[in-house]
Amino acid sequence: MKLPIYLDYSATTPVDPRVAAKMIPYLTEYFGNPASRSHAFGWKAEEAVEEARGHVAALINADPKEIVWTSGATEGNNLAIKGAANFHKTKGKHIITQKTEHKAVLDTCRELERHGFEVTYLEVETNGVVSLEKFKAAIRPDTILVTIMMVNNEIGVIQPVWEIGEICRAKGIVFHCDAVQGAGRIEIDMQKLKADLLTITAHKMYGPKGIGALYVRRKPRVRIEAQIHGGGHERGFRSGTLPTHQIVGFGEAARLAKLEMATDSERVRALRDKLWNRVKDMEEVYVNGDMERRIPHNLNVSFNFVEGESLIMAVKDIAVSSGSACTSASLEPSYVLRALGRNDELAHSSIRITLGRFTTEEEVTYAADLIRRKVAKLRELSPLWEMYKDGVDLNSVQWAAH
Amino acid sequence: MAYSDKVIDHYENPRNVGSFEKGDQSVGTGMVGAPACGDVMKLQIKVGTDGRIEDARFKTYGCGSAIASSSLVTEWVKGKTLEQAATIRNTQIAEELSLPPVKIHCSILAEDAIKAAVADYRRKHGLDEKEDEAKAA
Repeated sequence: MKLPIYLDYSATTPVDPRVAAKMIPYLTEYFGNPASRSHAFGWKAEEAVEEARGHVAALINADPKEIVWTSGATEGNNLAIKGAANFHKTKGKHIITQKTEHKAVLDTCRELERHGFEVTYLEVETNGVVSLEKFKAAIRPDTILVTIMMVNNEIGVIQPVWEIGEICRAKGIVFHCDAVQGAGRIEIDMQKLKADLLTITAHKMYGPKGIGALYVRRKPRVRIEAQIHGGGHERGFRSGTLPTHQIVGFGEAARLAKLEMATDSERVRALRDKLWNRVKDMEEVYVNGDMERRIPHNLNVSFNFVEGESLIMAVKDIAVSSGSACTSASLEPSYVLRALGRNDELAHSSIRITLGRFTTEEEVTYAADLIRRKVAKLRELSPLWEMYKDGVDLNSVQWAAH
Repeated sequence: MAYSDKVIDHYENPRNVGSFEKGDQSVGTGMVGAPACGDVMKLQIKVGTDGRIEDARFKTYGCGSAIASSSLVTEWVKGKTLEQAATIRNTQIAEELSLPPVKIHCSILAEDAIKAAVADYRRKHGLDEKEDEAKAA
């Protein structure tokens, strides 16, 4: 077993060696510009791009003509949200999203607010799921766009996007779904999911970074405004020379995901459950987010009275991420966990463990035992743990915020 | 977060972890910070009959640099008088540990913890703070 162990598959995945092998010839040998129509170099590249488009479309049961290449999820979300809002702004200026979306969605919505749009940020329930009743109640006659993610990146919770899609379709509202954490992990069938726009990216499914796709529905046709201009590539939706090697990698990653998703997911679920079973009997341990409506790859746990960043330092042999934003410049705890109604201590005390294709049983056992040991050590260091053990109610203490 | 070797050393081998006996009259306790902010430090000083700090203990809930800052000050206050201990500044702590700018608040918290522990000891013994400060000056 090699240390450190990578358990941060929701941040990014390694490129599958089979994917990398497929990409390499398109860097050195078949380097043509797929837009070059006048020679074999261009034709060869274009053929590869279209083959990949077919694989990505097949993964989500869509028509290849509905796939628009982007540089990744952030661009995909920007194109979908700004593109749809700007195209439909004469019909209305109201957008609905929810509080635990990725920043690529939330910051884009904030930007639209600066341009005169009005955005409703729905609260989630304590299990992290959006309430359909609250969603329906938020719809207004001037609502033009709904953007709700499929799978939350921090807690892995699956949103009721299928139901939301039906509601939007019935009301003629454009529905965008950020499916970055779902694609390749759970089944997505665009014949069943009534999303008009769907964002996916390669590097969360063992493909390379720097390439993603926006699904743009043709039947019924959704209209969006392009955000990047210059040559009219991708049927005018997204100009710019296509990165053939990246696209080939994405295509191969999507092809493998479709073939292996079912077996991968069951294997990962067993490992995730094993990990949870080895730590759940500790005192003051809480899972964040619904455990049933959740992708099998994710475990987000709060160890009360232990601060997240110090825990991550303590378990440096495993690469995990902190729900605590202390690792960034901001000292705020995770806005996702706050949205679940978690108090500050628990929001500051969480770690996100995400498993994937190359995670082994040995690694999971090692990780669980390491976490147990280090949590115990940090609790010995924690004045809050000491107070808890002495029976002090921490909520009754007058803390001086600093 | 890229920490200095000193932070990592204090974090991995924290000095003087623990708590003194509750109710010990020779002990001053400072508890600063808040769980909501992600750090709480408890610093205790044990003062000898000669008025010098003979021992110190800490417990900290917080990031690596908060733990390191509090571990470091337990070493620094030992052997000092209350007045001398109260002159320890956060800038010295930050410099010693090469704290990154976003972690400066950890050193401020450690300074506050010393002051709070000293104030607690003085309160217990009815010592006039102003008088001490005048002496220190």
